[in-house]
Amino acid sequence: MMVKSKKTSQTGLRAGLKKSPTGIAGLDQITDGGLPQGRPTLVCGGTGCGKTLLAMEFLVHGATEFNEPGVFMSFEETVRDLTENVVSLGFDLQEMIARKQLVLDYVYVERSEIEESGEYDLEGLFIRLGAAIDAIGARRVVLDTIETLFAGLPDPAILRAELRRLFRWLKDKGVTAVITGERGDKTLTRQGLEEYVSDCVIVLDHRVSEQTSSRRLRVVKYRGSTHGTNEYPFLIDADGISVLPVTALGLKHKVSAERVSSGVPRLDAMLGGKGYYRGSSVLISGTAGTGKSSLAAHFANNACLRGDRVLYFSFEESPDQIIRNMRSIGLDLQPWIKAGLLQIHAHRPSSAGLETHLALKHQLIMRFKPQVVIMDPLNSFVIGDNAIEVKSMLMRLVDFLKTQQITGLFTNLAQGGGPVEQTEVAISSLIDTWLLLRDIDSGGERNRCLSILKSRGMAHSNQIREFLLTDQGVELRDVYVGPEGVLTGSARLTKEAENQATLLIRDQEVELRQIELERKRTTLEAQIAMLRAEFAVQEVASQKVIGQETAEKAKLAQGRVDMGVSRKVDAKPNKGKGASK
Amino acid sequence: MKEKQAPDKVASKHFILKLYIAGQSPKSINAIANIKTICEENLHGRYELEVIDLYERPQLAQGDQIIALPTLIRKLPPPLRRIIGDLSDTGRVLVGLDIQKV
Repeated sequence: MMVKSKKTSQTGLRAGLKKSPTGIAGLDQITDGGLPQGRPTLVCGGTGCGKTLLAMEFLVHGATEFNEPGVFMSFEETVRDLTENVVSLGFDLQEMIARKQLVLDYVYVERSEIEESGEYDLEGLFIRLGAAIDAIGARRVVLDTIETLFAGLPDPAILRAELRRLFRWLKDKGVTAVITGERGDKTLTRQGLEEYVSDCVIVLDHRVSEQTSSRRLRVVKYRGSTHGTNEYPFLIDADGISVLPVTALGLKHKVSAERVSSGVPRLDAMLGGKGYYRGSSVLISGTAGTGKSSLAAHFANNACLRGDRVLYFSFEESPDQIIRNMRSIGLDLQPWIKAGLLQIHAHRPSSAGLETHLALKHQLIMRFKPQVVIMDPLNSFVIGDNAIEVKSMLMRLVDFLKTQQITGLFTNLAQGGGPVEQTEVAISSLIDTWLLLRDIDSGGERNRCLSILKSRGMAHSNQIREFLLTDQGVELRDVYVGPEGVLTGSARLTKEAENQATLLIRDQEVELRQIELERKRTTLEAQIAMLRAEFAVQEVASQKVIGQETAEKAKLAQGRVDMGVSRKVDAKPNKGKGASK
Repeated sequence: MKEKQAPDKVASKHFILKLYIAGQSPKSINAIANIKTICEENLHGRYELEVIDLYERPQLAQGDQIIALPTLIRKLPPPLRRIIGDLSDTGRVLVGLDIQKV
């Protein structure tokens, strides 16, 4: 689809198909610039689907914004009705008529007043329209709803031929025309106008499912141009029509490497130390009462602290209730609302159809231009078996947020019993960071645990943390993981105390051993000293004995010399020896 | 009986007719010829016929709610009646104008 649209848009450019912007938010985006210039466009749909309004907006925007005066030829509503109907949108048709930006012409056809005699044609309509176009130099024409002629004039065969001629004539005139048509049973329009107007066909739809209504628009056909082919939701409100081309054709959005804090320091640490990526989508899922909204509020609070704007959609609680509840965990959001950084919108999911919800959100986001959007909770949209629609809506919303570089944080209430890793609306594939909150039910208490199921593009902790809601907000604690399994709450506290005790005993043991060692060393050293002393004594004694022995020996030798002298053994007596004696 | 009453009623009335045409198209020319014949034959002396070429006075189309051409409008007597076509079906023109054939 992406490739195809690229290709056709290039050929569209080559062919030089000019477009008349409608000035209707979103429609120009879907049609890649507007309606085909100088060609007729068929807008069809059932009663009350907004055909006339779309056509009128096309003219009013054309005249006021694009300097293209227009002629509105109405076959159903009188000039007065038309004027009054659009006053609420801020359009002053009378003034526009006075400024020659607009011509309103009400064509009145009453079958009962008309008798047919012989052949006729619609030249009168041509002349009338031509005169109106020439009077103000109109570039745009609306015929609303020309099919009424079939009810008012006899001989459909003539009418068909004349309408064919009319559309050709409009093309020759070079005006961009919008022709509206009521939806038929099997055809797009009752009289098969789509056969004649084949350049561009837009179908409007207003359907009700599960008691909620939603309006949709689809470009069925657009010759020579690329266009979004999906059904797009649209809104009619105080600003007129806005169409929401929420599904981008490709996954081409830019990504940011900037990180934003989750508002819980410990959680940031788990998320690679820095928190979420800006512009990513974050899902917090968990069973009831696990603290999803609290985490969301933390994120909101932190974003406001940074100076980011936050749009908070609540589908279960009123703004006041959220503020009160968050105060209980030490978060005061009121100042941010006052400062204009935070807006809380609370709607019941059943207040409108999904598409309308989407459209509303789209509009609020475009107006407020937030950096952070929070939706709490997502799955309240699932009513009956509309999960697929919800998914498609969320996909478009997530897509839209990403293209706008808005960080989206959604909560999802998981049903007790079911696998928590599965969101009811199955949007997990759209989510970049998925936090799982769960209750661990043990030891007669319930404790909250948080873990990161996935977080694209960052190294994240694989640990389960215990999640505490304190007066100062959310706190994360390490859980006790040991041979006894994962312990939380008071079991964790008990275990921690036990550990503390064991540790103390160990410490004491070590100390004891150290003392013992010291004692041993002291003993050993004393023994060494004693031995040394003994040795010293022995040494002295030994020296003494050695000295005595030597003296003895010398004495003996002298004795022998003396004896020799006395016996006159040698002629020369040993003088020295004799002297020393 | 009714047939006799009707012409008496209408006979006294004055007819103001407007015929809108578009230039010299065959249908326009036929329409002018046809209405003149019908009026002369049925409303002699008590009718006014104005032939308007819409090409020349297109601004009149809006006021008289002209779409189809040719269109014959019976302004008077009330109520307003319109007959579209080249008026070749005399019977239907008379019915449309509420005139009984003399």
